[in-house]
Amino acid sequence: MNILVCLKQTFDTEERIAIEDGQISEEGVEFVVNPYDEYAVEEAIRLRDEHGGEVTVITIGPERAEQALRTAMAMGADKGIIVDDEDLESPDENSIAKILASVIGDLEYDIILGGYMAVDDGSAQVGPRLAELLEIPHIATITKLTIDGDRVEVEKDVEGDIEYIESKLPILVTAQQGLNEPRYPSLPGIMKAKKKPLERMDIDDLDIDEDELEGRTETLETYLPPAKEAGKILEGDLDVQAKELVKLLRSEAKVI
Amino acid sequence: MNFDLTEEQKMIRKLMRDFSEGEVAPGADERDRTKTFPVEIFRKMADLNLMGLPFPEEYGGGGADTTSFAIAVEELSRVCASAGITYSAHVSLGCAPLYLFGTEKQKKQYLTPLCQGESMGAFGLTEAGAGSDAGGTRTTATRDSEGWLINGSKCFITNASYAKFLALTAVTNRTEAGPEITAFIADTDSPGFRVIDNYTKLGLHSSNTTELVLENVRVPEDAILGEIGQGFKQFLITLDGGRIGIGAMAVGIAQGAYELALKYAKERTQFGTSLSKFQVIQHKLADMAMNIELARTMVYKAAWLKDQGKKFTKEASMCKLFASEIAMKVCDQAVQIHGGYGYMHDYKVERFFRDVKLTEIGEGTSEIQRMVIAREIGC
Repeated sequence: MNILVCLKQTFDTEERIAIEDGQISEEGVEFVVNPYDEYAVEEAIRLRDEHGGEVTVITIGPERAEQALRTAMAMGADKGIIVDDEDLESPDENSIAKILASVIGDLEYDIILGGYMAVDDGSAQVGPRLAELLEIPHIATITKLTIDGDRVEVEKDVEGDIEYIESKLPILVTAQQGLNEPRYPSLPGIMKAKKKPLERMDIDDLDIDEDELEGRTETLETYLPPAKEAGKILEGDLDVQAKELVKLLRSEAKVI
Repeated sequence: MNFDLTEEQKMIRKLMRDFSEGEVAPGADERDRTKTFPVEIFRKMADLNLMGLPFPEEYGGGGADTTSFAIAVEELSRVCASAGITYSAHVSLGCAPLYLFGTEKQKKQYLTPLCQGESMGAFGLTEAGAGSDAGGTRTTATRDSEGWLINGSKCFITNASYAKFLALTAVTNRTEAGPEITAFIADTDSPGFRVIDNYTKLGLHSSNTTELVLENVRVPEDAILGEIGQGFKQFLITLDGGRIGIGAMAVGIAQGAYELALKYAKERTQFGTSLSKFQVIQHKLADMAMNIELARTMVYKAAWLKDQGKKFTKEASMCKLFASEIAMKVCDQAVQIHGGYGYMHDYKVERFFRDVKLTEIGEGTSEIQRMVIAREIGC
């Protein structure tokens, strides 16, 4: 079974976000594999161990993003592809999905996995867009995956409920928390990761019209959420409190 | 000059950070209270092949370097110093002498199971009358037609309750120049070999510290580790490496205590503002951050020298001495910043404060480190 995993290197979730010149500063920041993509990598390794085949991890990003692929390789992925995004101007989900589709178009695959969203942009778009471009079915936010022959059974998280879905290979699925418990990379895994094959590509290497890659969205402003202010505690009888609450919701919060 | 960690070292740090926070930290307070040895943690570390981290793969090791070993000890100690010392002693006192002085047969027979986590590593040197002064060693090994008979006792031996075998030192001859000390490998389940786990300690409550009593323990002729009469010299070489481990342990404890103090100082409000806005508290935290950074840099330097195959005796002593003394101060001030809460078990710095003292004592006291450094600079 040929298994592809699309992953993104993101800020460590513990990092403090700082904005400099209207942009998020990357100075001194630790980067990690996007946590949802970690579930995808883990599931891919389990599928390979059960059905045989190979796990290829793919990312688009700057040079440092190689570390994310090496981490996936330390967990057990077999090989990697990194596409340098240096030549891209303000890429968005449209650009990323098209590049991935171009890279993957030349590969043989039975299943593609990814996290359902990246914790930085949080758009949750790249997976479904990629599947549409490749013209294969996709199921997002899965919490269980079973493959038997070319039959695919999935449990999908729908806002706290579960949908049971059947489909067929080839397919793209995106991982929700709960799909599995990602393993720690073992020490031998870490020591071997550097020796696993890694293919480097530039946008120029792809059979793709660069104009098509332009972002379709524009970022107008990047700003931090307003500092949290102390909450208000209402006093008095329940009646008085309820009246006060309605008044405040109407006049101060202006939500009703 | 390059202060960057290698890719492998970075990944090992991330692994050890995640593992320590995910598997080691959650039960640390409970284990401290109940004095429970974390068997399960070391089984999980064995599954990740971490128990033989800096030793070659042919002996079941991980093939990583000394810097990575220091990182692993630091990360464990940052959340649980007992786990840190257990691991450090396993690698640098248990495995290292077998790797450095063992025959090929001994390495296959003893080092491999240690690297695979089938036994914890331990070393029996200290006795009631012989710690830093090995000349006071009373344990004897007497040769007869069938091998050696060992008699005597050892104290403060880390990990021995969980060791299937260990190396220990014994006097094989007494000459005018002093006792001739030789290292032997003995099975801990040999007749006459007792391991007594009965100390009441200041800290490191979930580490295993034991007394060994040997009454006519028989070992074969080929149980000698290294050479006859070289036991003490071999042990000094072993300790050089061990000091990097204790230095890393001190850095980890200090880092853990400092992070708790910084977090508390930001959260705790007095006189209408958080503690971290008071200059007196800021200066304490700044000193902590500075000293920890310096200590860590020295630990890495000693580890780097060792990996380069260069002499590192002086630097190992310096890193151990400096790191343990600043760690002691950091834990003291971390409790101080916590005020009354710092005196309570629930706020964790109380545990760090008790645990850290060992780093100024184990594998050579601060006084001995100063002697080593003085000798190395030509006094």
